[in-house]
Amino acid sequence: MDILYFAWVRERIGIPKERVETKAATVADLVQELRAREERYDLAFSDLSALRVAIDQELSDFDAPLNDAREVAFFPPMTGG
Amino acid sequence: MQVRVQNEAFNLGEEANNFARGRHDLGAIVTFSGVVRDDSAGGLQGMDIEHYPGMTESALKSIADEAQTRWSLGDVLVIHRYGRLMPGEVIMMVATAARHRKDAFEAAEFLMDYLKSRAPFWKKEFTSDGADWVASKDEDEAALNRWQ
Repeated sequence: MDILYFAWVRERIGIPKERVETKAATVADLVQELRAREERYDLAFSDLSALRVAIDQELSDFDAPLNDAREVAFFPPMTGG
Repeated sequence: MQVRVQNEAFNLGEEANNFARGRHDLGAIVTFSGVVRDDSAGGLQGMDIEHYPGMTESALKSIADEAQTRWSLGDVLVIHRYGRLMPGEVIMMVATAARHRKDAFEAAEFLMDYLKSRAPFWKKEFTSDGADWVASKDEDEAALNRWQ
């Protein structure tokens, strides 16, 4: 599965994209796995209310199942316009 | 309907003139353009706009589709830039064409309200004090409620 990071999430984690092998059932489970990896992940995901998630380029929720997701993206609330 | 996500500047006047051209059944055209605003009294040196290639285009298309189902529109145009922009530069525009102005005005407002907090763009401002990501505003989220 590809994981993408945007804006300050990308800056805190230090990379825009990575491929991970995971058996996580939900986005929240995936976040737990990532947080356990290294401090930079732990810090980036410390406040989920400040984050949004997209599964296969559709906005989703942290309790959403991952099923056969190919791409999961984490980013702060959007500021377009 | 046309959605464009691009790095290059665009000519607002030309886009507005060409929009819905030749459609003599459409009596009302509304255009809105968003400009890089300096909130620091001349201190803003630039703004970076990051986006999520792929999702950006599909999110904008689905917002424009939704506008077309809610209002009677003859045409819709959305252009949004990304990359480094300077104060005063045009970031984006929306245009809506309808038989009458009410549909065109309301659809343009709807497009802007959704585009602000549902299209994957993020702004970072550069000033002499450093760089900061622009935070989303609660009122932008609240603005969506009136369309529910």
